[in-house]
Amino acid sequence: MKRTIVEKIWDLHCVADLGDATHLLYIDRIFLHERTGSIALKGLENEQRRVRNPEHVFCTMDHIVDTFPGRTDATTMPGGSEFITTTRAASLAAGINLFDLGDDRQGIVHVVSPEQGIALPGITLVCPDSHTCTLGGLGALAWGIGSTDGEHALATKTLVVKKPALMRVSFDGSLAFGVTAKDMILHLIGQYTAAGGVGFAVEFCGEAIRELSIEARMTLCNMAVEFGAWTGIVAPDEKTFEYVRGRPYAPRTDLWDQAILHWQSLCSDPDAHFDKEIQIDCSDIVPQITWGTSPQHEVGIDGIVPDPKNEPDAHIRQSIERALDYMALEPGTPLEGIPIDAAFIGSCTNSRLSDLRTAAEILKDHRIAPGVKAICVPGSSQVKKAAEAEGLDKIFTAAGFEWRESGCSMCFFAGGESFGNQERVVTSTNRNFENRQGPRTRSHLASPATVAASAIHGCLTDVRKLGNQ
Amino acid sequence: METFQKLSAIAAPLLRINIDTDAIIPSREMKRVSKTGLSEGLFAGWRYLEPGSRKPNPEFILNQNPYQDAKILLSGANFGCGSSREHAVWALEEWGIRCIIAPSFGAIFFSNCVRNGILPVVLDHSIVESLASQVTSNPEKNLITVDLSQCSVTTPDGTAHSFSIRPADREMLLQGLDSIAITLKRDADILAFQTQDHHSRPWLYL
Repeated sequence: MKRTIVEKIWDLHCVADLGDATHLLYIDRIFLHERTGSIALKGLENEQRRVRNPEHVFCTMDHIVDTFPGRTDATTMPGGSEFITTTRAASLAAGINLFDLGDDRQGIVHVVSPEQGIALPGITLVCPDSHTCTLGGLGALAWGIGSTDGEHALATKTLVVKKPALMRVSFDGSLAFGVTAKDMILHLIGQYTAAGGVGFAVEFCGEAIRELSIEARMTLCNMAVEFGAWTGIVAPDEKTFEYVRGRPYAPRTDLWDQAILHWQSLCSDPDAHFDKEIQIDCSDIVPQITWGTSPQHEVGIDGIVPDPKNEPDAHIRQSIERALDYMALEPGTPLEGIPIDAAFIGSCTNSRLSDLRTAAEILKDHRIAPGVKAICVPGSSQVKKAAEAEGLDKIFTAAGFEWRESGCSMCFFAGGESFGNQERVVTSTNRNFENRQGPRTRSHLASPATVAASAIHGCLTDVRKLGNQ
Repeated sequence: METFQKLSAIAAPLLRINIDTDAIIPSREMKRVSKTGLSEGLFAGWRYLEPGSRKPNPEFILNQNPYQDAKILLSGANFGCGSSREHAVWALEEWGIRCIIAPSFGAIFFSNCVRNGILPVVLDHSIVESLASQVTSNPEKNLITVDLSQCSVTTPDGTAHSFSIRPADREMLLQGLDSIAITLKRDADILAFQTQDHHSRPWLYL
């Protein structure tokens, strides 16, 4: 029988068929962080249950920790240190692998797990965090869960999961200059809405996907959840194997060939059935920017703010009106040229070394516009170290960016640090929801390249024009 | 976990699309490592007038009488999208919501509801709209009845709409089951799987 990559991985992990397309799936790796992992570990403790295979469970500190140099357990988030100390104590008690503050493996969970070779092709990996789908970029079947399911996975090494419907999204052709994986996924969400992927596991394929680096594939899969999908995945290839080779938790040398042989079988068979297919011509994609409060509120950087009057559906019209009110934007305004107050490069979407290199290339020999607050937060301690070894930190700071310790930082406002009231931020993160980056903060999602270019000009900028200068 | 069988209650229409879990409970309202004490932060960005304040916004539906006593929420598509935070469900449950009716849900949010005794009901957009309009004409009198054993939602005018839900989810809600306890009974199966898997994928066993 012809099978898709998702079905192949699924079948391999099936412990029991529970009927109604629902299976007890074996979970290879579990990752936790101090915000939702803490409560899962504590819940387990309260029920006097043990972690079944602590050697397969990893935890990092990313969501609550500050990113200022010289940080400690104390946080700008009121009460934040409780999350850190509880997670530390519970991790030690459970005997799981902890990448604590000060450990050079610490960083954003979805940056750390591929970096350390914990996320691998063909494995099942879960984390009580919605952006776990990021790891689909390596060909892992990885998805976000709640804390209760986190407890289930910890206690039983399995989860009860209903098989999702299958979607294939083909990106044909090549990307133009200045267009990145971030623009591809924003374009998809803009065309098919933030609910377009609800109920589906999405396989990304096509010429443009093969050409993407592994880090870029992770950016693409990261926002599968913003498309509403259960998860996203890219079939592993030689690039993937090379990426994995030699990482701390990657297969040992004597088992490497066996692992490769298995990984090479992980692709959808020709003629495998998909419940839905979408084809996207990459020549249609320009650098994207959001104008509203949902990732589906987006257009090309050369576009204009839409007019709700043109929207026939009353609910969508109201959502546009509400978004424009929140964002303080008028219909018909060109996106390019809208003045910004701040620029942010970071998050599990776009904070890897390649992202920082792209941004640094644009920032080199430039200064950010006066009055713009700009921050770069490397995705992990390893990314930070590697970037510093290349001198990227010097480029960022010379341009006027702050250079931080790794963590989720201002991707969201947890009560501590934020962009200010009604500040307009161009950001390489994944969510432009109301109040996400701070009370009444106005977020415009974009690629790191667009963020860097906009920081220099002090307004939303078409990065393609910068390249032609 | 509280069981869910049948409920006749006031329903509050909040018919926005793509209501995300950041809106249901902002990060700043998740102040402790705890599943309780979260209802005060429910919809904090919309429910209170100023960020960080506790002054009720009179225009927000859950601040209005009689919707303060609502146990059912009617909403637009993709309710609970975004962050996986189960705190969104804990906050709704603690506030008093037992059932949410919407055209679609965020996948993680949907599972989180079932694990916490909240019934997520998927009904067509047009049906949710008609429920909302019947309710708003007289919310106290025009109660909505949700019967999980019959898989039906009955409107004030007596029309019954059936909905579908995965049998395992239905059982979990009807009986208030603990999914971990159920799976732990399969420990022998899991062990057998691991033994065989260790042999076929040895590189994964650290």
